[in-house]
Amino acid sequence: MTLFGDPAIWLPFAFAALMGLSILVYVVLDGFDLGVGLLFPFAEPAERDRMVASIGPFWDANETWLVMAIGILLVAFPVAHGMILTALYLPVAVLLIGLIARGVAFEFRVKAPTRHRGAWNRAFFGGSLAASLAQGFMLGLYVTGLQLGWANIAFAALTAVFLTVGFSFIGAVWLIAKTDGDLQRKAVHWARRGIWGMVAGIAAISAATPLVSSRIWDKWFTWPEIVWLSPLPILSAVLIVVLWRLLARMPLPGDRWAWAPFGIATTLFVMAFGGLAYSFYPYVVPEQVTIYEAAAAPESLIIILVGALVVLPVIVAYSILAYTVFRGKATELTYY
Amino acid sequence: MDPLILSRIQFAANISFHILFPTITIALGWVLLFFKLRFNRTGDEKWMDAYRFWVKVFALSFALGVVSGITMSFQFGTNWPGFMEAVGNVAGPLLAYEIMTAFFLEAAFLGIMLFGFRRVPGWLHTGATALVAFGTTLSAFWILVLNSWMHTPAGYELRDGVVHATDWFAIIFNPSMPYRFVHMLLASGLTVAFLIAGFSAIRWLWGDRSAEIRATQRFGAWMGAILIPMQIFAGDMHGLNTLEHQPAKVAAMEGNWETQGRVPLVLFALPDEAARENRAEIAIPGMASLILKHDLDGVVPGLNDFVAADGSIEHPPVAPVFFSFRVMVGIGFAMLALSWSSLWLMRKKRGGVEGLPKPWLYAFVGMAFSGWVATLAGWYVTEIGRQPWLVTGVLTTSEAVGPVTGGMVATTLTAYLAVYALLMAAYLGTLTYLARKAARHDPLSPAIPKPDAGVRALQPAE
Repeated sequence: MTLFGDPAIWLPFAFAALMGLSILVYVVLDGFDLGVGLLFPFAEPAERDRMVASIGPFWDANETWLVMAIGILLVAFPVAHGMILTALYLPVAVLLIGLIARGVAFEFRVKAPTRHRGAWNRAFFGGSLAASLAQGFMLGLYVTGLQLGWANIAFAALTAVFLTVGFSFIGAVWLIAKTDGDLQRKAVHWARRGIWGMVAGIAAISAATPLVSSRIWDKWFTWPEIVWLSPLPILSAVLIVVLWRLLARMPLPGDRWAWAPFGIATTLFVMAFGGLAYSFYPYVVPEQVTIYEAAAAPESLIIILVGALVVLPVIVAYSILAYTVFRGKATELTYY
Repeated sequence: MDPLILSRIQFAANISFHILFPTITIALGWVLLFFKLRFNRTGDEKWMDAYRFWVKVFALSFALGVVSGITMSFQFGTNWPGFMEAVGNVAGPLLAYEIMTAFFLEAAFLGIMLFGFRRVPGWLHTGATALVAFGTTLSAFWILVLNSWMHTPAGYELRDGVVHATDWFAIIFNPSMPYRFVHMLLASGLTVAFLIAGFSAIRWLWGDRSAEIRATQRFGAWMGAILIPMQIFAGDMHGLNTLEHQPAKVAAMEGNWETQGRVPLVLFALPDEAARENRAEIAIPGMASLILKHDLDGVVPGLNDFVAADGSIEHPPVAPVFFSFRVMVGIGFAMLALSWSSLWLMRKKRGGVEGLPKPWLYAFVGMAFSGWVATLAGWYVTEIGRQPWLVTGVLTTSEAVGPVTGGMVATTLTAYLAVYALLMAAYLGTLTYLARKAARHDPLSPAIPKPDAGVRALQPAE
């Protein structure tokens, strides 16, 4: 392993990258299926079945990326894992109960007696809402350093709302790609209304993060870093304008560009996430514990890394298979 | 309020709720594969009907297992940070391997298994079923490796109070792992056998005379009859292994206070930990020694060996372990009696469910969830039996608890309990509803006209 230098340096970095990747994949993938749940109350009953059909085969695998991210945090940075999760005790509980309600509603709403369907639909929406708000709240608390003051809680509440609207936006652009007809037109309408949440969210986090920490301020606003980093905000602004203009004209004849809004939204999430990762590196608990201080023993990390390098491509391969099998417009989802 | 006690109740509630669903899905995955393969080979629709009904139960159980499992993975951090800080170097890789090899496999192929029948070639659908079954079993393997390691740790060394892995082979194949893994797989098989037999019996009692029910009733009874002797044997081996590595647990299971020879087999008693004796004891002399040592005079360690000189107790609480053990064994023998007697009775009517008298059908209905009760009881024996240790000889439960306040844990505990109660009611209600709906689809009645494709697209998924 001398090839890579000191394993106490590159191993924690590799795991931080792996964890970042899992969180990013989770936010994009579960983002769209949480978003579909958030849009539930605005749809007609028949449309709801198609909306669920558009995410039914995927949500389970999407959620697994959250387990993976938490798993890596727990495995690679055991000390940080305890610190972060005990600080976020109550929002984590809200997230979990939200995910429980929503995960079982997928199954129950079609299997339980018809008269219960309304209740399970509400559980599906309520669970998606609770999970999205909790994730936004946790993100807000995290970027302000996991300290529980009134200002931090207010900021976290704000990010909770923004992220929720952001998720409903990415859910709407997913539906633009996966549906047609009236429902697709509705999805375009939802996307146009929801885009502000994503823009406001990215702006709020981008503004708050450097203000909380002078270290992060210096990482962004010193010469020459500011030049290297300038494409990130500029490209984001350009993409938002493109997205806005595209949505104004959708749906296009022949369903052209149906996947473009989802692609652009994903790119925006990736860039926002990249900005956050750059800001916080090398800390895993903001301004308190670095990834190098929190890392588990190298001999344990090697065991996982070797497995991950073999297994991850396989996971990606069969995830692609699943998405390929269920490609095209969502129309029906019956067991047989 | 004491956050340690509350955290323990919360974790116990969480794991008790969670374990119910993997207990079903581990074996049900393989049963579904069996149904599908029978259908592929014979083309007989009854196997596909059985697959269609039980795949819904699988999907429902799987969803409940996933959501309650995610809760558990978070609780390591929220309530038990000391666990990962002390043994993370061993527990971490095992959990990581579970997620990477099993979780993703199950989750990705579940979609194809549930919804892909018309979208993919038959071999791929059968293959997806096989991979999901394999994934659930692999998941159970990794979790039981970790759980067994906590009972009988091996392949590690302590540096500054933190466990470091020295031998991964010894960690994975730790002394109790093979026994625990086999015991759990058989428990899952028995749970599913009696679930299938129980639901087939109730559908038969509701008037369902389909070929599907004849096949699944027979299948459930056979599966139970074959697995139960294997389970009794495996359980006995597991007990001997526990005696070797965790004698205090066996002493609590037996209600045996004194280290002695000719230890009686206690059939019933009220263990009294304060007086350190059994009240109202009914016992067979020498039998426990015979079972555990294969010798009437065999000396078996008693609970009083695990009291430190300063009077502190280093053995598990006796009554819960003692009673749970009797519940588990009692259900095992009830399973043995019911499955074997019904095979004997069914034999006359060419192996058919017609051979079963009504009381036997009612007994199967009554025992539909007996596997759950036995599994939970067995789980309590082994987990409460590990106390006061969280990881035997390395970490006690009280050392692992986090800095959360009692009020916070009380809040989340109340919320979880309410959610679990609601979900359990919904789960049982929905299973019954599905069975009732399936029972009404009498194949002798005229076929229901199929709606055309356009209307069908808007029909709710089932």
